[in-house]
Amino acid sequence: MDHPYFPLLVLFAIAGVVVVALLTLAQSIGPKSISPVKADPFESGNPPRGDARIRFSVRFYLVAMLFLIFDLEVVFLYPWAILFRRLGWFGVIEMGIFLALLLIGFIYVWKKGALEWD
Amino acid sequence: MTDVNLVPLLPATQVLLTALVVLLLDLFYQEGEKGLLAWVSLLGLALCAGETLFLWGSQESAFGDAVMLDNFALFFTQIFLGAAALTILSSVHYIRQAEIHEGEFYALVLFATTGMILMAAAKDLIVFFLALETMSIAVYILTGIWRASGRSSEAAMKYFLMGAFATGFLLYGIALIYGATGSTHLNEISNYLIESPEDWPPYLIGGALLLLVGFAFKVGAVPFHFWVPDVYEGAPTPVTGFMSVAVKAAAFAAWARILMHQLAPLDSDWAFPLWVLAIITMTLGNLLAISQASVKRMLAYSSIAHAGYLLVALVVGEEWGGLPLLFYLLTYAFMAFGAFAVITALAETEQSPEDYRDFSGLGFKHPFLGMAMTLFMLSLAGFPPLAGFAGKFYVFRSAVLSGHLALAIIGVLNSLLSVIYYLRVIVAMYMEEGGAEGKSFRQAPYLYIAIGLAALGTLYLGILPARALEWSRVAFLSLD
Repeated sequence: MDHPYFPLLVLFAIAGVVVVALLTLAQSIGPKSISPVKADPFESGNPPRGDARIRFSVRFYLVAMLFLIFDLEVVFLYPWAILFRRLGWFGVIEMGIFLALLLIGFIYVWKKGALEWD
Repeated sequence: MTDVNLVPLLPATQVLLTALVVLLLDLFYQEGEKGLLAWVSLLGLALCAGETLFLWGSQESAFGDAVMLDNFALFFTQIFLGAAALTILSSVHYIRQAEIHEGEFYALVLFATTGMILMAAAKDLIVFFLALETMSIAVYILTGIWRASGRSSEAAMKYFLMGAFATGFLLYGIALIYGATGSTHLNEISNYLIESPEDWPPYLIGGALLLLVGFAFKVGAVPFHFWVPDVYEGAPTPVTGFMSVAVKAAAFAAWARILMHQLAPLDSDWAFPLWVLAIITMTLGNLLAISQASVKRMLAYSSIAHAGYLLVALVVGEEWGGLPLLFYLLTYAFMAFGAFAVITALAETEQSPEDYRDFSGLGFKHPFLGMAMTLFMLSLAGFPPLAGFAGKFYVFRSAVLSGHLALAIIGVLNSLLSVIYYLRVIVAMYMEEGGAEGKSFRQAPYLYIAIGLAALGTLYLGILPARALEWSRVAFLSLD
């Protein structure tokens, strides 16, 4: 009971109960109309079955890479936000440089037309 | 927290900022008015060169000693800046004719230079690795930047795959060394080596040897040289010049600082493999260069052979080999760059001049190019009073003085062997007819300026090497 991680255990227990309860509820009282499309495994919009060697448009890779870069930018912002007071102006300037570099990349990507699908 | 010393980063930051400015300016200029970009790049490099002169003699470190600005780093920074400036000068017209994106080209050259500067200054294996990747990735793209040329793309792919492979070796070596010594910082590693000799774990040696393999890949030493001819042949010729000069100098800079200087206590373990590498690199490079039909490929193999001569300086060790290594890299920068620049001058956009036949009669058709090429070939072969002679002289002298007589003899014999293929170019230019008769030359004044500068450097370092030697000595002694 006095263990510091005891609340976590409670949290896990509650989460487990909620998940099981919701799934059972949906199973028992939800309306069911099964169609072949619905029965397919979900693959983010791609056909789930077929030859694995299909061609992807190269644009997917471009978008994925750009997403990664700007996603990681946000990841770096969190620790900075937590230490904001301790870092003071030093942190503001450092983060400003970091964001400015990313902004240059963003302008470059935008102007080059990498954000347009066609 | 706030007392960060940013001075050691000044040269790298200067080049990086220039690259960003070029990249941004490129976006807002139309095709045809981008001539300015080359000048902005050159201005940035010139400012950086001024900073290196101003900072000469300083001994400062930043980021917990991870980056060290000493004369060694500044010396190499100057080589990189010179190589980058000559590359930009010689490619202004080339990239316009080949329809290569101008802004990206200059920016990538500058990004690669930033990586090189940090490579020469890295005091920590992690910083070294990051700098190496910054340089390598930019150079992979530069190799393949001529998108209309299939050979350029092929070369980029090969270079990327082989480079990634080499990177794997380097990283594994770094990991093993970290595992054995508990640090990635070079000073702490060498402290460990000095304080607790004799109880080194076996994988420490393994780590050092893996580092050796990684470096050998990067400089193109036999038996890790297979990518060199293909990549040098396929890449746009100014980029080939940049690679053979600056990338090689950067790899040797890191090699000298890390293995030769900081891991010197391990030299009993890596000296013999390195000795073997040096001999087979010199010999095989020269033998294969003789049988080449294409001048660009011949120069690629000759660059392998020159890596072999530089390896001799590494085998000799830091006491004798430091000064010759730095001086040789300086002389090699001028003559190798010049040779590739002459090929650039001959190159038509569709098909690069490959055969010796393309050089036939060049000496009469275009006396300036003929003279310059003669100068570079004689210097690469090691004729006095040119830079190549001075460079080789000090390397082989250091080998003799330190008791590596066999290495020196094999080196000199190899140097004789190399005369065969270097003179073939001169023979083609002055004693054969045809070939160049119908050829047109690039109307590229900046390219000719670059060739002229390289020729001046080759002559100057050959005739009056004293100042540059003193420079190299001071630079190598600044390693701590």
